[in-house]
Amino acid sequence: MSLEVKTEQPIVVPQSIIQPKESRLRDFLSIMMVNKAAMVGAIIILFYIFIAIFAPILAPYDPYEIQLENKLMPPSFEHWMGTDDKGRDILSRILYGSRLSMGVGFAAVAFGAFFGIIFGLVAGYYGKWVDSIIMRIMDVMLAFPGILLALAIISALGPSLINVTIAVGAFSVPLFARIVRGSTLEVKRLEYIDAIRSLGANDFTIIFKHIFPNILSPIIVQGTLRLATAILSAAGLSFLGLGAQPPSPEWGTMLSNGRDFLFSAPYIALFPGMAISILVLGFNIFGDGLRDAFDPRMKK
Amino acid sequence: MEKVIDKKVLLKVDQLKQYFPVKTESIFKPKAFVKAVDDVSFELFEGETLSIVGESGCGKSTTGRAILRLDEPTDGKVYYSGQNILELNKKEMRKLRGDLQVIFQDPFASLNPRQTVKQILNEAMAIQNVVEKPKRMDRMLELLGYVGLPPEALDRYPHEFSGGQRQRIGIARALAVDPKLIICDEAVSALDVSIQAQILNLLKKLQKQFQLTFLFISHDLSVVRHISDRVMVMYLGKVVEIAEKKDLFDSPLHPYTKALLSSIPVPNPTLKRERVMLTGDVPSPIDPPTGCRFHTRCPFAVENCKQVEPALREIRNNHFVSCHRAEELAQ
Repeated sequence: MSLEVKTEQPIVVPQSIIQPKESRLRDFLSIMMVNKAAMVGAIIILFYIFIAIFAPILAPYDPYEIQLENKLMPPSFEHWMGTDDKGRDILSRILYGSRLSMGVGFAAVAFGAFFGIIFGLVAGYYGKWVDSIIMRIMDVMLAFPGILLALAIISALGPSLINVTIAVGAFSVPLFARIVRGSTLEVKRLEYIDAIRSLGANDFTIIFKHIFPNILSPIIVQGTLRLATAILSAAGLSFLGLGAQPPSPEWGTMLSNGRDFLFSAPYIALFPGMAISILVLGFNIFGDGLRDAFDPRMKK
Repeated sequence: MEKVIDKKVLLKVDQLKQYFPVKTESIFKPKAFVKAVDDVSFELFEGETLSIVGESGCGKSTTGRAILRLDEPTDGKVYYSGQNILELNKKEMRKLRGDLQVIFQDPFASLNPRQTVKQILNEAMAIQNVVEKPKRMDRMLELLGYVGLPPEALDRYPHEFSGGQRQRIGIARALAVDPKLIICDEAVSALDVSIQAQILNLLKKLQKQFQLTFLFISHDLSVVRHISDRVMVMYLGKVVEIAEKKDLFDSPLHPYTKALLSSIPVPNPTLKRERVMLTGDVPSPIDPPTGCRFHTRCPFAVENCKQVEPALREIRNNHFVSCHRAEELAQ
């Protein structure tokens, strides 16, 4: 018998066997660094966040100040991006507008993620009829095009930036719920969940302390990608006059305002449009990079 | 093993059944079930190690999970210290779980990758409230000592350890709540042979130290021979033989056990042995054979075996077999 080893012999593991401490964060960052597109995305996002925070310092003019004598001025040294039909400085308005657009985006995604994560965890963990009921409701929500659902919600609640946030958040709920449910099903059958159950932990502890932290990566990826959609949808709804109301410097509203001068003064619409596209592009490529970095198959 | 009289039954499993529904193609067809565990009864004495062996899919792990109510069994009774634990409500069951612990097969999946060893052990103690808060740190160091890990291990994450070390952490977690019965579900199957020996010896040492009772589930007969007091052989959801280890390995009665034992490799190439080879595959547990479940592959099957299901009978002292022809074949 090869296994007959003396039972009494002391079993001590030399300390050197324990591998050196390695950091998951460092692993993650090294993958992100290699992915150049993701880095560009990250820089764009950081740049916009910087602008949003320091808008009052960076903006050369008051975004609300009407100077009719300077209206429809093309880009120049005084007004880098020109002025709109009421003589307001477009650069200043875009700088301040970043606060609104990003604020709406983050708030909407946070709202959608919060409910989506709870629904997904509960559906995935309990399964059976709980799962069926929650996921069928989510399917119904998914069946509507997002923007249509948002329009319906806003027409019920009335146009305002807060209602746009709720509407955009609401149509993100089923997307988060689906992803979270899938990951929950995967993690739920792992042995450490059985282990913690056999220790007598209650469902709340199992769901939020043991399942949730282990399904964060897909949620973060989805959240980043959703931010792009949320910002775009919010701007779209504002463009339609359902979100931020003039004179607020929301990008969608500014775009809508510039529509009347597309041929005579294209810069009024061009710069807010660019601000939106570049930010959305930034979130999208950053989200793609995150997905690659979290993918275990990408690890060496 | 003659002192049978003073043995106390710690766990008694009575006609345990675990059926899993399978999807049928048509909703008009009757529902089909995988009969993973079908009418299994046995007793586990305090302080002993009972092994359950069998091929994969014979229901040995399912039996362990059903006892712990990790999967709710379909039918049957499980008495722990005289109390049917399948009747307990959620709250009572949670309290009792401290007594029944489990060590899992895969040391890479059995620890939460986001928790340090300290958090893992601390949480186990907190859930069962076995140690007062200020004393927990000392207790954790003590536990690490029992399983042979250095104190530095506390602040590390599972991915920083090797498979054998992780298994030690799993054992420490099980010990943290002062259990009486530990179900080792293929506890060493995923480890290298040299590490297997270490972990088995550790388990033996801990059993002696804390008067633990083990239900040891394994497909590896050499491991079973090393650790068990008694062995139970399962085939297709049924118990085919239960006996003292020595008795079972030296004189197996059931044809299936004989075939199983003859498959153990012997490190002596010149030794001539009688090799019992089985033909065919294990039948589907959805539609198991009538009569004796083994009759489709049994070289000694007669007409009676196809018709009548054999009961588990005591043929010799403490040697139970479910085979119609056990007495004949023993000659």
